Amino acid sequence: MATTHDEPNYIAVWIWLAVLTVIEIGVANTGLHKMLILALLVSLAVVKAVMVAVYFMHLKFERRTLALIAVTPALLLLLLTFAVYPDAMGSNFDRRLMPQEEAAAVKH
Amino acid sequence: MSQAAAMEHPVGVEPAESPLTPESWGKLGMWIFLAGDAMSFGGLLAGYAALRLGDPVWPDPDSILGINLTALMTFVLICSSVSMVKALSAIRHGDHAGLKKWLLATILGGTFFLGCQAYEWTHLIDHGLSLSTLFGATFFILTGFHGAHVTSGVIYLSVILALSGRFDEHSNTPVELVGLYWHFVDLVWILIFTFVYLL
Repeated sequence: MATTHDEPNYIAVWIWLAVLTVIEIGVANTGLHKMLILALLVSLAVVKAVMVAVYFMHLKFERRTLALIAVTPALLLLLLTFAVYPDAMGSNFDRRLMPQEEAAAVKH
Repeated sequence: MSQAAAMEHPVGVEPAESPLTPESWGKLGMWIFLAGDAMSFGGLLAGYAALRLGDPVWPDPDSILGINLTALMTFVLICSSVSMVKALSAIRHGDHAGLKKWLLATILGGTFFLGCQAYEWTHLIDHGLSLSTLFGATFFILTGFHGAHVTSGVIYLSVILALSGRFDEHSNTPVELVGLYWHFVDLVWILIFTFVYLL
């Protein structure tokens, strides 16, 4: 059986999400430094995603422990991204260094 | 079970335990499913990031993908999330007509999104984008996996609409559950729109 919940102002959330989307498109088309655009766009996307989870998915009105279930995949994704980051950034070097290292390993 | 009986059979009985979602186990189940589903999307996004960062000649998405159409799709999906919360709010106030009206609006939003995606894919495939390049493969897999979720969502919403006569202000958990799923699909699209189209 469902219980009654407090309701956030859905229209205000909707307007915020729409405005943030317009800002995102604006930021993507500015001539700012690439890293600054990356930081701004990722921050805006995270804010929008959190707004959907907190207000539309009613996490704001749930028990705090339930929010842990929601946050866990985000933390694991962050960990995963850091785990793949060195390999991804190093792949240009791999093409030059790995064959030599492998050749050295074969000689021994 | 009486206290005396509980003392006799202490194994598996936790009188102090209270569920995370006291109003329904289904809601807890949906949240656990969504956490697992989020890991699927997370794995795909992390793989996408690794491939893109490691590729020195990754094309500018703006030069291949149509941002204006996708921005419209994003806006429609956000609108459909609002119609979904309106549907749940309606039935919680005993408004059956409102439930049907807003569920239908949500279904139409999802269908519009899928139509735009079909148009986008057809256009891109006609122009030679395929799975043979890293850009094409990651694009089609990420947006395709999400599109499959939207398709499932539209079917799920349609089933709930067909069963809408069963719900009232006291019993409406299935409407809340389909809402959680639909908002999750919206949330994931917000991330895909940023990482695949805008960055």
